[in-house]
Amino acid sequence: MTQKTLRKGNEALAEGAIRAGARFFAGYPITPQNEVPEFMSAYMADAGGAFVQAESEIAAINMVYGAASTGTRSMTSSSSPGVSLKQEGITYLASADLPCLIVNVMRGGPGLGSIGGAQGDYFQATRGGGNGDYHVIVLAPNSVEELGNFPKLGFELAEKYRMPCMILADGILGQMMESMAFNFDPIDPNKLGKFDWAVDIEKNGRPKRKVFSYKGDNLIADVTERAKRYGLIEKTEARFEERNTEDCDVLLVAYGLSSRACLEAVNHAAEKGLKVGLFRPITLWPFPSKRLLELAGKVKAILAVEQSLGQMVQDVKLAVGDKTPVYLKAYPAGGQPEGEAILQAAQSALSGKTEGLFDLQRHAEGFTYECKRDLSLGVQGDRKGGK
Amino acid sequence: MTILAQRPKSMTDKPMHYCPGCGHGIVHRLMGEAFDELKIGERVIGVAPVGCAVFADDYFACDMVQGAHGRGPAIATGIKRSKPNAIVFSYQGDGDLASIGMAEIVHAAVRSENITVIFINNAIYGMTGGQMAPTTLVGQVATTAPKGRDPKLQGWPINMCEMLAQITGAKYLERVAVDTPQHVMAAKKAIKKAFENQVKGVGFSMVEVISQCPTNWHANVEQALEFVRTKMMPQYPLGVFKDEGAN
Ligand SMILES: Cc1ncc(C[n+]2csc(CCOP(=O)(O)OP(=O)(O)O)c2C)c(N)n1
Ligand code: SF4
Ligand SMILES: [Mg+2]
Repeated sequence: MTQKTLRKGNEALAEGAIRAGARFFAGYPITPQNEVPEFMSAYMADAGGAFVQAESEIAAINMVYGAASTGTRSMTSSSSPGVSLKQEGITYLASADLPCLIVNVMRGGPGLGSIGGAQGDYFQATRGGGNGDYHVIVLAPNSVEELGNFPKLGFELAEKYRMPCMILADGILGQMMESMAFNFDPIDPNKLGKFDWAVDIEKNGRPKRKVFSYKGDNLIADVTERAKRYGLIEKTEARFEERNTEDCDVLLVAYGLSSRACLEAVNHAAEKGLKVGLFRPITLWPFPSKRLLELAGKVKAILAVEQSLGQMVQDVKLAVGDKTPVYLKAYPAGGQPEGEAILQAAQSALSGKTEGLFDLQRHAEGFTYECKRDLSLGVQGDRKGGK
Repeated sequence: MTILAQRPKSMTDKPMHYCPGCGHGIVHRLMGEAFDELKIGERVIGVAPVGCAVFADDYFACDMVQGAHGRGPAIATGIKRSKPNAIVFSYQGDGDLASIGMAEIVHAAVRSENITVIFINNAIYGMTGGQMAPTTLVGQVATTAPKGRDPKLQGWPINMCEMLAQITGAKYLERVAVDTPQHVMAAKKAIKKAFENQVKGVGFSMVEVISQCPTNWHANVEQALEFVRTKMMPQYPLGVFKDEGAN
């Protein structure tokens, strides 16, 4: 436990990770998460760990693969385009049953996108992201305080289930300053016990150990065994927070920064005598579907609010089925949610209007589009003279 | 009764899957002998590549990690930085090291990671069935260079030792071959030195082994050895390209 102090999100996260026992960090610079590797470069060595500025995000995640193989609490952080590059390593970490922490301080996408905060990587984070059948546990903080305290939770879950855990934050959370306290005492990882699977140098006659990704003929057994852990995680590790969910007409569903704007909407609603509640998933995988379904039975409409083009809303719909109509308020590509507009959207959802609500097909109503080749611009040409 | 030769303690008794005449198995054995002689077997942690040596994690008695194609030097970096007392090696083919993993090998050398890299240059993608490698010789036929490598289209072979020698952090670079008993003895010496360097904390050490791949060279063993001598060695001269271990 610490006193409350004012801290920047990314710095709280980095400090929280070292407090949680992280002793290996590799990363590559990218806005808006640069404070994380900068903090690590300044403090990791003093904590007795290693910091490496890697040549790329691919190298960084593979360094984490190596460090995690030794049982060291290992992590990397990046932002969206960099996390795309890490997907190779993440699927290998999952396949080799290696615990580690991956941080994505999301920015606008696709592609190079923008450096502003966004939530466009929801699918990538919750659906695996790399090749093959796997999941990573995804934690979605919505405050600087949670950013600072989630690394401990992340490492604990990752180690408990031997799999990668991702903290999915965004550029605004990473950059903003808030009063926060660490809710745990620093952990000395040298005093933690060893794992029976980690590669090591003190072998003392025990059988050799292998950390490996190629499973060949054993792949089916390997993946089905891992799926049991996934099922257990879905049953037991879903985390969420509720506000005014008892007796509300419209239930907002939002995670991370979006949930902050939703809280504003919930408070305004109460002032106006409207009944609006908030359900905030804290784990995005596992998605807290069970509790959401319970709540769905009690409300007239559900409004998913996200800074993306309709990603999280799919999990909401999967959870709720046709029990309750589900609407979407979307702020794609770094648009910033705002309480009053969310409240209006909530009122639309309740009264069957479409104002302020997003629907992809309605969005394209009356719109036609066709890109054509044009011979009057010349011909594409041949490859003469080229390789 | 005296035992004149036996399997190095640092190796398992698992039968190797390599094709007859392949260089990989010879190099494994030399590494095992080096571990025994340097008495470092207990401290070694190896990284197996993606390539024909993907099962190398079964052949060494030490703990092994097998990861993504070309990322061995990054994985080895993570292991070494977490376990500085470990003797860490990355074992890699030419596709693995000189193509997809080019950035990882160069920057491991730049950082002078105190690791040992064993680089098997057989001028071909063995595991995937004989496609062109960055080290494939000019004119050499590969399944993706059916008319032979044409520099106009595919450029020239890359000489990794010569290239890495430009990097200050690369401390020991030697190219060896395993085509004759004499060359095998020299290869053993180089491999041993590359590990001894790590024990002494010298920094990045790499041994490039010109290795025969009879299968994908479509040669019998004798022809493959001939190819090593007459075709490979002119492009990839044997020798020491850097040796700053003593400094
Ligand atoms: C990302 C990725 N790309 C491609 C492959 C397919 N692949 C497997 S081994 C290999 C090349 C191996 O050649 P080399 O490194 O020269 O090793 P060798 O088999 O010749 O010893 C390739 C391209 C892969 N496994 N992963
Ligand atoms: S394909 Fe070539 S490199 Fe691979 S095991 Fe056979 S001979 Fe060796
Ligand atoms: Mg090869």
